[in-house]
Amino acid sequence: MRTETGLAMNAGVSLGALRKGAQAEIVALDETAATTTLDTGELERRLIEMGLVEGARIEILHEGFPRRDPIAVLVGDSTIALRRAEANAVMVRRLKD
Amino acid sequence: MPKDDGFPPRPAGPPRIALVGNPNCGKTALFNALTGARQKVANYAGVTVERKEGLFVSPGGTRVKVIDLPGTYSLRARSPDEEVTRDVVLGRRADEEVPEAIVCVVDATRLRLNLRLVLEMKKLGRPVILALNMMDEAESQGIAVDAAELSAALGMPVVPTVAIRKDGIQPLLDQIDRTLQVAKSEGLAPKTAPCGWSEPSARDLRDYHLEVETILAQAVGRPSRPHLATRKIDSVLLQPAAGLAILLILLFLMFQAVFSWARLPMELIDGGLSAVKGAIDAGMADGPLKSLITDGIIGGVGSVVIFLPQILVLFLFIQILEDSGYMARAAFLLDKMMGGVGLHGRAFIPLLSSFACAVPGIMAARTIENRTDRIATIMIAPLMTCSARLPVYTLIIAAFIPQRQVLGGWVGLPGLVLFALYAAGILSGLLIAFILKRTVLTGAREPLLMELPAYRLPRPRNVLLGLYERARAFLVRAGTTIFALMVVIWALASFPAAPEGATLPAIDYSIAGMIGHFLEPLLAPIGFNWEIAVALVPGMAAREVAVGVLGTVYALSDSGDAMRNSLAGLLAHSWSLPTALSFLTWYVFAPQCIATLSVVRRELNSYWWPTAMFFGLTSLAYGASFATFRVASALIGE
Ligand SMILES: Nc1nc2c(ncn2[C@@H]2O[C@H](COP(=O)(O)OP(=O)(O)OP(=O)(O)O)[C@@H](O)[C@H]2O)c(=O)[nH]1
Ligand SMILES: [Mg+2]
Repeated sequence: MRTETGLAMNAGVSLGALRKGAQAEIVALDETAATTTLDTGELERRLIEMGLVEGARIEILHEGFPRRDPIAVLVGDSTIALRRAEANAVMVRRLKD
Repeated sequence: MPKDDGFPPRPAGPPRIALVGNPNCGKTALFNALTGARQKVANYAGVTVERKEGLFVSPGGTRVKVIDLPGTYSLRARSPDEEVTRDVVLGRRADEEVPEAIVCVVDATRLRLNLRLVLEMKKLGRPVILALNMMDEAESQGIAVDAAELSAALGMPVVPTVAIRKDGIQPLLDQIDRTLQVAKSEGLAPKTAPCGWSEPSARDLRDYHLEVETILAQAVGRPSRPHLATRKIDSVLLQPAAGLAILLILLFLMFQAVFSWARLPMELIDGGLSAVKGAIDAGMADGPLKSLITDGIIGGVGSVVIFLPQILVLFLFIQILEDSGYMARAAFLLDKMMGGVGLHGRAFIPLLSSFACAVPGIMAARTIENRTDRIATIMIAPLMTCSARLPVYTLIIAAFIPQRQVLGGWVGLPGLVLFALYAAGILSGLLIAFILKRTVLTGAREPLLMELPAYRLPRPRNVLLGLYERARAFLVRAGTTIFALMVVIWALASFPAAPEGATLPAIDYSIAGMIGHFLEPLLAPIGFNWEIAVALVPGMAAREVAVGVLGTVYALSDSGDAMRNSLAGLLAHSWSLPTALSFLTWYVFAPQCIATLSVVRRELNSYWWPTAMFFGLTSLAYGASFATFRVASALIGE
């Protein structure tokens, strides 16, 4: 029971909200949480093509300027740069801040 | 529609193999190793934006055509460069059948991402060979890839390679031979296997991803660890505000170096040219031929060639930025700010290439997915001062700006002025992009999803080869286009000869003089004299020629002592400062380059945009030069 709520709460965190140094695991992709003008399904596919897929471990390596945007994220063996606006579509479970 | 008639009975002609893979995995390096070509290799995604062909003879004696393609993450093709790859691989080009075999190139250090495309390619039902590239880096990072296991898991032959060292090329050639042999024997019995590729859904992509994980578990001994050095370097270069400052300092150093590093070789070339001219002056009888050689060729072509060292310094910097892996970082750092004017961070890459020449810069804009973003980037590319304008800038700077140290002796004034001119181009480009994006080119902002490649030490061989190619191209141009133009200009400036008892210099009576005097009233409001008017017209074919024309025109109009001065000295003597400033301003915008306009037409498949570019930039140039001339004249009180 408790773990379930814990999970649910964690699943509410998006990659777009994380700060530099945070480590997490991707639990879901939810396009509706991001601001995008792409066709439905397109952002999700692009994210997967760049390795941002359920189960992947990520770490935020660098933040841009100003407003800490975009971010550079370590995903598996590559480093991907993306904007927070799109990173909001990536739901994560925090591992370490 | 894809042709799915399997292996068509083709007329004689070498079999073709296509190199396909993610961006920056070493396809072009492999292409060069296979064919001996020297296509551009650099450390950022999107270097290759066109289809390129080469030939090699396989160990079995077959002539094979290799096709190098732009990198892509998927055959779904989101940008024009990826469409090139898709169309070749799926046989959608009208003039070309599907390639007989595909060599999938993967970066062994980034298999997780790279293998997904390989699975997609397998669906095509074509023979596929996997080139497991960058094995040297994989080894040094302790990634143990078992090629045999990988081959078993993927169901295709796997050949480890190190493309830049030509390692593994022989085994790859042997494998290509075997694969083509099998394909040929199957091709005799017409194969009707349909193309099994269809656009993958998100669900398909997830399935591919899971499959990749299974394969990796099977074939990769130790999980890959990210490149540590890259992370350390980035923790300095990608700091939020400081990172931007470092980027600016780098660009600033580049312009300082253009002056300071090139000074000595330029003086040497100048000395050499003067010596030759002196020898001809002394040893040849006066006459048209002597005038053609000294005034037309040495005065014209020579005054362009002298700038080769500066152009090479500029290219050296650009090459190092490209080879090191910094380009993608610059795009990352600038994304937010470029977003402010409605441009994509990635636009930095085509725009920086435009400092070399707008033509490849405009082609590099193919990597920008969104059409309105792409058009905006293309429209401002000519405002990034190209290397052909460098001679114009530095000539005027040398003539009018004193060689002085400023800011506490740290910075040379000429370098500072040069930086300011480049900055003026960049800022007006951004302003124009801003206006375009608010008015005619409105549209959604494309997401930024970009890999940051691992840093690599630029390889001296690659850098030197690149510089050699540039120098060669420049000299060939000087020896052909510019030479021919200069001979024409010299003739126009020498004939008809002055009438008996003429009071003005002979050139005033020549055709060039007449053209110049005819155009002069048009350009007088912006402070241009008739000599400049003459220089602007041939400058459309090659901008450096403007400098050459001034060289010839002044060589022909002056006599006696002034002849012995350098062109810069002559200009300092005969132009006012407002005229010089106005001329510089003109060249910040100077849109009159035929090559640029025609590549815009081709890339955008429209006459409208190049026309708009020509008239828009010409009016800007005129307006800005007018303002500069008037303000400078008022300030100086002339
Ligand atoms: N260490 C190492 N570096 C390599 C190898 N092959 C290529 N490179 C480097 O990888 C970078 C990319 O090489 P390219 O050949 O331009 O890659 P590409 O796949 O053609 O890239 P795009 O045209 O952008 O799709 C360059 O910096 C090369 O020097 C290799 O086997 N080992
Ligand atoms: Mg390439």
